[in-house]
Parts: sequence; structure tokens; C-alpha cells
Amino acid sequence: MFDYCTDPSILEQWQWFTCYLTTPTHFAFYRSFLTVMLLLALTAPIALAMGMAGALAMRSRIWPLNWLGRGYVNLIRGVPDIVFFMFVPIALGQGIEWIYHHIQCPDWDQPIRQGNDFIVCREAKIPGVNAPAWVRDVYAFGMAVVAFALVFGSFAANTLYGAMSAVPRAQIETAEAYGMTRAQAFRRVVLPQMWVYAIPGLSNIWQILVKATPLLFLLGIQDAVYWARELGGQKTSLYAYPHPDWRVWYFLVLLVFYLFMTWASERAFGRLNERLSRGQATAAGERQRRAAA
Amino acid sequence: MRTCAESFESYILRALGRDWGERLLPRGLDITLCDQLFLIASGLIWNIYFAVLAIGIGFFLAVAVAVGKFSTNPWLRAPATAFVFVFRGSPLFIQFFFFYSAFVLLPRAGIDVPLGFVTLTVETSRLTTAQVGGLIVLVLNTTAYSAELFYGALRSIPKGELEAADAYGMFGFTRFRRIILPSMLRLAWPSYTNEAIFLTHSTTLVFLSAFPARQQSGEAFYYARYFVDQTFNPFVGYPIVAAYFIALTLVIISLFALVNRRLNRHLPQEARRKIKLSLNFIR
Repeated sequence: MFDYCTDPSILEQWQWFTCYLTTPTHFAFYRSFLTVMLLLALTAPIALAMGMAGALAMRSRIWPLNWLGRGYVNLIRGVPDIVFFMFVPIALGQGIEWIYHHIQCPDWDQPIRQGNDFIVCREAKIPGVNAPAWVRDVYAFGMAVVAFALVFGSFAANTLYGAMSAVPRAQIETAEAYGMTRAQAFRRVVLPQMWVYAIPGLSNIWQILVKATPLLFLLGIQDAVYWARELGGQKTSLYAYPHPDWRVWYFLVLLVFYLFMTWASERAFGRLNERLSRGQATAAGERQRRAAA
Repeated sequence: MRTCAESFESYILRALGRDWGERLLPRGLDITLCDQLFLIASGLIWNIYFAVLAIGIGFFLAVAVAVGKFSTNPWLRAPATAFVFVFRGSPLFIQFFFFYSAFVLLPRAGIDVPLGFVTLTVETSRLTTAQVGGLIVLVLNTTAYSAELFYGALRSIPKGELEAADAYGMFGFTRFRRIILPSMLRLAWPSYTNEAIFLTHSTTLVFLSAFPARQQSGEAFYYARYFVDQTFNPFVGYPIVAAYFIALTLVIISLFALVNRRLNRHLPQEARRKIKLSLNFIR
């Protein structure tokens, strides 16, 4: 990056480091932290939406929907989440290809599973056979988002369901006494108030989500863990920047990064909780009212 | 093709090493459903090994750390708080990588610790194996999480119990052992059950990260992943391992419920806190 970096082997210590830390591969390492952030930014709202859908399904009076909601929540919680992170991308990928295969090649007569191969016709390959590398990357990343959203949606569904039930029953009854329908009472009374009960649980889930992001590495995505391994490994004198095994330092950086993430989110959720307690019929809300008066 | 009995014989103990059954794992088209069932089951040996030892050792450390965090002495409180913060705030997956790359750097021959009259040689090469190094990381991790639970419980021990202990002239370790500890455990037990389940689920990460599975002896999820890689069919191996883990979870819940009953036996019937048999846990 700098002019003096043309021959690193003759550089002073600090200059060597400025060159070393600004190589293109190091910039890929720095960008991978943005990948983590992007995963969080995409997964959190989707998971929250799925959680909302799951919670509403669990509250539903229509029994197939109710069962579906309960089944979703309980199945995912009994199994280590890593199983789903690995299962969903492959299963979903094969499922999509299978459906697409039936649309694209209806007169294909060979079985799709031949021995240990999963074979669909050429046109049904997703991403396409000639797809550029970035399309493949985006597809793999999208699958990861789906897998994470599915698992964390189930966690969120349970929390939101609990929060909905925590809104005092008398308030809903009052709303009904005013002639509101079930849907209206939910929208006007339960929905605005449930968040104060949901926040502690949701903040917990968020922390788990943050701490689950390194598992992206297992899905073959070039995330921070991947680059830490690549860059930290011992480099012989064949490389421009030879160095011994520095993985422990790279992982220390990752450790500090995640500590910062969880610490910052804890503070942010603390603030949010204060804000949401305003005007609520809870102990915290009452304390705020007294302090203001 | 092997019969089911043959694959049972070949693979049920294979996770212990290549001398405990067939030397090679089944490959490609040779894989039968029974192979998958029994080899994944044999992997559970290590899941149970990691879970039992980590929870067993972590329990005592966690009590110590919780008491340290609750202490008024800043020399005890600060390190305990920092320990809990670091291990709860960072992902277990990264902790595995970090500790593995640190253990690798230690001299292979072992470190001599002079203890005056005798020199103790710490075998550092063992630390790079999952069975020792991975276990250490799991112990530290579960210690931090459990310590936080126990710390929360310590804070909510009813004041009256402590005053009663004072009135009886109990103090120091006697007071701790007879009054504080049982109450703390009783209050923390439902969440501690969660932690035990979560830790058991986390044992699936040991071989996925840095620690190598020597002689292809790994835990259940390692084998499930191996089969999925071999057959490219995720609809067999993963459901099997999922079913095993649900069963394991139910076993943990019932074992911890037994302890819970003992911890609560002095309370009137309706005040007892039951651990519900629901898969409702979060770390």
C-alpha cells in the first residue's frame, strides 16, 4: 500500500508491520468483519419476523396452525443449533434444485439420487452452471441467512409468545368490553405493550446470535475465522511477509471483537429497555414516573 | 453389504479409536443405514465424556467463581467478574480456536515446573488433543456461564435465612455449607439445568473447530457430518444425530429433576419449583 513496501525484507520493524497489515489479504480480513455485521443486520429482522409469525401461530385458534407453531419451536430447541446450520443450506439447496428440476426437465427419466450423487439436469442447477463467482457467494450467504433466521426465529417465537401472554389479561378484557375485535385488541393493546416484556429475552437471543456468527465459517463462507486461520498460519520465506505461527494473535483479535460486540449490545439493550419502560404499568415504568414527578 | 449385526460389531465403539472396531470408516456406496445409526451412536461416547467431565469439574469452579464475584473484597471480585465477562462475552467456537493455537505454541517436550523438592513435568503435548485441551475450554466456558447463574442466585437468597444462621451463631464455612450453598443451588437449579443441556449441545463444536479428530475418532455430529459429506444426503445423518440429542436432552432433564426434588424437599408441596419437561432453554 505504501511506497516503501516494494521489498519488505529490508524494512524496519514498524514499517514492516504497516506494510504487512495493509496487504490485500488483510483488507479481505477487515472486510470479513463487515460480512459478520451484514449477517447480523439481515438475520435479526428476518428472525424477528419469523418469531412473530411463530408466536402468532402458537396463539392461533386454528389447530393445524397452532400445531405447526408449537412443532417449529420445540423441534429446533431440542437439537443443537449447529445441526440446523449445517442441515438447512444443503437440504434447502437440494429442495430448490429438485423443484426446479421438475419444472425445467419434466421428461427426465433417470432417478435424481443415483448412489451417492444428487443429479438434476443441467438447466436446473442453482446457481447456474456458468454463474459468476459472486453469484455463488451471494447464494451461499443467502442460505446461511435462512438457516440462522430459522433457528433464531424459533427462539424469538418462544420469547414473543411469552411476552404476548405477559400483557395483563385485564387490559385485553377492557379492550373487548369496548367492543374491539380480537384482532383489534391485539393490534392496539397487546402489540404496543408486549415489547417491554420481550426485550430481556430478545436481548439474550441477540447475544446468542452474535456469538453464533463464527459458525459461518463451517458453511464455507470466507468470514473472519477463515481469514484468521489463513493469515495467522506460519508463512515460510517463500512469502513476501514470512512470520511464525501467529494464529493465536489473530484469534485474540476476534475474541476482543466479539467481546466488544456483546458489551456494546448489552448497553444498547439497557437503554432500549429504559425507553420502553416509559409509561408502562411495570415497576421500572413506575420508578420513571416518580422520578419525573 | 454388511448386515446390521456386523455394522454394530464394527462401529459401535469405533469412536474410541481405530483399534476398537473396523479400522476404516465406511465409505461411499458401502454405507448402510445401520452403519450410520451405530457409528453416530458411538460418537455419543465423546459427547457424554465432554459433557459429564465439563459439568462435573465446572460445577465446583463455578461455585468458587460465583462466591468470588459476590465477595466484597475487590481482589477476589475483579478477577472473577473479568473471567465471567470474557468467557460469556465471546463465542465458544472462537475460544476453541484461540486456545488450540495457544496450546500448539507450547513446547512439545513439556514444561518443567520446579516445586522445590520435586520437579513436575506438565505434558503439554496432551493439551493439543480434544480430549484434554477441548475439555479445558469447555470447563472454562461452562464455569463462566454457571458462575453467572450461581451469582444471580446468591444475590437472591432470602435475607431471613442468613439472619437465622447468624442467630444460631453460624458463620464462615459452616454457614456457607449449611445455609448459603443449598439455597443458592435450589434457586439456580432450573437455569443450571438449561446450562447443562446447552453445554451438552455445545460438545458438538469440539471437533468442528481447531482440535483434530485423531484416527477419525470424533463425537456424534462429527460422524453425521462425515456421512453427509460421503453420501451428499442430509436427510439421514442429521435427523439421526438430532434424535440422539433429543434423547440425551431428556435424560439430562430427568437426572437434574431428581436433584431438583432433593434440593426442594424441605419446602411445602405447592411451593416446590418443578422443572417442566419442556425443551424450553436458552443460554
